[in-house]
Amino acid sequence: MVESIIERITRGNFWDFHGGIHPPEQKFLTTNKPIKSLSLPKQLIIPLQQHIGLEGDVLVSVGDKVLKGQPLTLSKNAMVVPIHAPTSGVISAIKMSVIAHPSALRQLCIFLDVDGEDTWRERQGCTDIAQLSNHDIIAKIANAGIAGMGGAGFPTHVKVSTDHNINFLIINGAECEPYITADDLLMTEQSVAIVDGINILDKLLNPRHILVAIEDNKPSAIKAMRQATANNSKIKVCVVPTKYPTGGEKQLIQILTGKEVTAGQLPIHSGIVMQNIATCFAINDAIKYDIPLISRVVTVTGQALAQPQNVWALLGTPINFLLEQCQVNSIDNEKQPVIMGGPMMGFSLYSELVPVVKTSNCILVPSKIEMPSAFEKESKEVECIRCGQCSDVCPSQLLPQELQWSAKAKDHAQLTKLNLSDCIECGACAYVCPSQIPLVHYYRIAKAEIREKQLLDLKAEKAKVRFEARKLRLEKEKIARQEKHKKAAAARKAAMNKATPEAAGAKSAVAAALARVKAKKASQEQDSATDNVTNSGVTDVPLESVSAEKSQVSAAIARAKAKKKLKEQAANNDSDIVGENTSNTEDKKAKIAAAIAKAKAKKLSKGASEADHDTGNITAPETADKVPVAAAKTASTPAIVATSSSDDKKTKIAAAIAKAKAKKLNKGASEADHDTGNITAPETSDKVPVAAAETASTPAIATTSSTDDKKAKIAAAIAKAKAKKKRQEASSGNNNDQNSV
Amino acid sequence: MNILLAIIVLGSIAAIFGALLGFASIRFKVDADPIVEQLDALLPQTQCGQCGYPGCKPYAQAVADGEAINKCAPGGEDTIKKIADLMGVEVQPLDASHVQGDVAKSNRPKVAFVIEEDCIGCTKCIQACPVDAIIGAAKQMHTIIIDECTGCDLCVAPCPVDCIEMRELPETIHNWQWDLTSIPVKQLD
Repeated sequence: MVESIIERITRGNFWDFHGGIHPPEQKFLTTNKPIKSLSLPKQLIIPLQQHIGLEGDVLVSVGDKVLKGQPLTLSKNAMVVPIHAPTSGVISAIKMSVIAHPSALRQLCIFLDVDGEDTWRERQGCTDIAQLSNHDIIAKIANAGIAGMGGAGFPTHVKVSTDHNINFLIINGAECEPYITADDLLMTEQSVAIVDGINILDKLLNPRHILVAIEDNKPSAIKAMRQATANNSKIKVCVVPTKYPTGGEKQLIQILTGKEVTAGQLPIHSGIVMQNIATCFAINDAIKYDIPLISRVVTVTGQALAQPQNVWALLGTPINFLLEQCQVNSIDNEKQPVIMGGPMMGFSLYSELVPVVKTSNCILVPSKIEMPSAFEKESKEVECIRCGQCSDVCPSQLLPQELQWSAKAKDHAQLTKLNLSDCIECGACAYVCPSQIPLVHYYRIAKAEIREKQLLDLKAEKAKVRFEARKLRLEKEKIARQEKHKKAAAARKAAMNKATPEAAGAKSAVAAALARVKAKKASQEQDSATDNVTNSGVTDVPLESVSAEKSQVSAAIARAKAKKKLKEQAANNDSDIVGENTSNTEDKKAKIAAAIAKAKAKKLSKGASEADHDTGNITAPETADKVPVAAAKTASTPAIVATSSSDDKKTKIAAAIAKAKAKKLNKGASEADHDTGNITAPETSDKVPVAAAETASTPAIATTSSTDDKKAKIAAAIAKAKAKKKRQEASSGNNNDQNSV
Repeated sequence: MNILLAIIVLGSIAAIFGALLGFASIRFKVDADPIVEQLDALLPQTQCGQCGYPGCKPYAQAVADGEAINKCAPGGEDTIKKIADLMGVEVQPLDASHVQGDVAKSNRPKVAFVIEEDCIGCTKCIQACPVDAIIGAAKQMHTIIIDECTGCDLCVAPCPVDCIEMRELPETIHNWQWDLTSIPVKQLD
C-alpha cells in the first residue's frame, strides 16, 4: 500500500480533494524581495500564551534585566509552552493587554523595554545530533518554546513524542493563502537549515518516508529545496497543484496519500505526522544553536503599503512598528482595516498595538480597491438562493447551506448531525457565495455556542453528582447521629444493669448522690426545726456544714427577692432601671436587668402593635413612632453598663442584647405599620431605621473603648448584620404599606 | 365440528399471546419513571430551589406529576420550551414569582464570591450550598470553589454580614462568543 503511494508520488500523480477554489494570486507583492531584518523596536509586548494550551508561570518580575533568549515563563505541564525574551532589556510591566485574537480581549502580557544591546544569554549549541538522545531533543524542543507555526500553534514537543509507527512525515510548505509568502521565502533562503531540521524530526519519529509538499506556484522554493535534499533519498519534494485550501492538514494528506482522515481522528492514527516549514527551521535553530523561538518571518503585505515585504520580526513586536517599517500609504483614514493571517482565514485587528506571536504569519493591509468588503461597515448579505456552489467547493464535503440554516436557527443537534465540527473554516464557501453570506462566521458562532453548551452540560452533570453526594452524606450523618445516640443510651442502660466493677462504681455513685440528697433533705427539716428549738446537737450532720448550707439558701432567697424587686421597679419606671443598674456594680444584676429590659421592649412593641391593631385610627402611627424612640433608650441602658465594666464578655452580651432588641423593635414597628395600613405609615417606617441605627451604634461605641482588634471586627460584623436586618424589614414594611395603599 | 376447531385454534392463540404479554410485562418491567430522568436532564442542575422544590430532581418528579413547567428561573425560556416539547404541553412564560435575585437578568454566568475580610466564619453559607462548593470551618474564613459553584444564589441570603455577592465570570478567549459585528473577510474579484 505504502509502496504504491510512493510510486504514484514519484510519478507526480497525486490524488485530489473535493472542492477547493482558485482565488486570485497576490503573492507577487512580496515574493521577489528578500526577507528584511528590522531594527529593534523600542518596546516588545509578549503575551504569556501564544499557542493552544495553557499559560506558564512567570519567572521574571517588573524591573528585572533580561538577556536575549532568557526564558520568561516556566513549563511544568506538557501543554505549556514557555516564552523567551526576544532581545535584552528591562521588564517594564506585566499587565493585561490586547492580544492577537478576533475578540480583542486582553490577556496577561510581559512588556519589555529594549536596551538596544541585544546581548545573548549563554548558549550551548550542539553540532552533532547523533550524540543526543531522543529524550534530550524533545526536552530541548519543549524548552525552546516551539509551537506549530502554521497557524494553530499546537505544542511541537507533544506532536513529536509519539509511540506510533510513522509511515509518513509530511512537511507542509503548500502555503495556499493567496497573499502569504513567508514559508516560500524561508525555503528559498534557508533551505539547508530547514533540511537539517527535517533530519532532526527524522531521528525523532523515524518515519518510512518524508514528503515535502510545495505548491507549484513557488518555483524558487522548489528549486532550493530540491538542491538541499539532493543527496538525501528519504526526503521527497512533492510539487502539488495550486489550489486553496491545499495547505489544510487533512487536505494535504489526502492529496499526497489518498487517505482521508475521518471525523474525530487525528493524522497520527493513520501513521502520519505533519509539520510546518517554519517549525522545522525553528527546531534546527533550537537544537543546533540553542536559539529559542524568539522571531519569525512575517509577510507584511497589501496594496495600502508602499513596501510590502517579508520581515524577520521579533515575537512581541507591535503591528504598528511593522507597518511603519513597510510604509503605510493611505493611513489618512483611521478606518484602514488591518488583517492578521491571510485574507481567507485571517481576522481583523482592533488595535495596532497587537503584538506578533508565534502563529502570526501575515499582516494584511488592503487598499479599498483591493478588498472593498473589509471597509464596509454593514454586510451586504442577502438571502440564500440555494445555488449549491458552496457545497461544490467545500473541501470537507459538508453541506454549507444547510449548516447555515441550522446555525441561524441554533439547532445544535442538527448541526452535529451535519458534522459541523469537521468544518476547517477555510472560507471557500463564503468566497463563492453569490448572496455574500459570511458563512464561516455563522459556523464559528455556532461552534463556540456548542462548545459552551458542552461545558455547561459537563458542569450541570458535575453539579448533579455533587448534589446527590451531599444528600447522601447528610443522610448518612443523620443516621450516624441517631445510631450514636441509641448506642450511648444502650451503653448507659447496660452499665446500670451489669454487675461489673465499673457498673458497681457508677451504681455506687448514683447511690451516693441519692444519699446526699436525702441527707440534705433531712438537714433542711432539721433546720426548720432548729429555727424554733435552736441547735440541739442531736443530728449526725456536722454543725458547720449546716450553717454553710443555710447561708447558701439565704443568699438564693435574697437573689430571688432582688429579682422580684427589680421586676416591680422596672414595671414602674424605665429610668429607675438606669439608676439601679449604674449604681449596682454586680455583674449578674446587669445581666438580669438587660434581660428584663429586653422582655419589656418586646412587650411594649407588642402592646403597641396590638393597640394599633385595635384602634386602627389615624393616631396609631404616632404611637408607633414613639415606640422605637423609647425602646432605643432602653436599648442603650445595657450598653452603658457595658462601658462601665471593663469585662469583654459583658460587651459581647450587651451587643447581642442590643441586637435582639433592635430586631424585635423593628418587627414590632413594621407590624404596627402593617396593621394601621393608612397613608402616613411609610413615614413611620422611614423613621424606624434611624432610631434603630442609633441603637446599633451604641455597642459600637462601647467596643471602641476596648482596644482589642477582634472586638472591633465582631462589632462591625454585628452592626452590619443588624443593618441588613433593618433594611430587609424596612423594605418588607414598605412593601406592605404599598400594598395596602 | 368446524366451529369447535376454530374456537380451539383461536382460543389457544389468544392464550399463547396472553401468556407472552404477561411474561413480557413482568420480565421487561421498567422500575423508574423514565420521564423523570429525561426531565432532570433538561433542568440546569443548579439545585437552587427557586422552583420551590429542594433540587432539580424533585422538581422533575413534580413536573412529571403535573406541576407547572414554568418555575425554573435559571433555565429560563429555553428550558421551559424543552420541557413543553417533552411533556407535550403548551409553552408558558416564566413564572415571575419564582425568580429570586437577578439570576435571569444577565446571560453571563455568575458565581458567588466571598468578601474574605468581612467573613466571620459562621458556616451558614456552607449549610446552604447545595453542591458543597464552599470551604471553611467555624470561625475560619470561608471561600467559594468557583469551578463547582452553580451560581444558584442560595448562599447570599443566609450570610449575616452580607459578605457574599454574585459576580459575573470574566470573559476570556476560552468562553468568548463570536459575533457578526466584526468585519467579515471577503475576497475581491
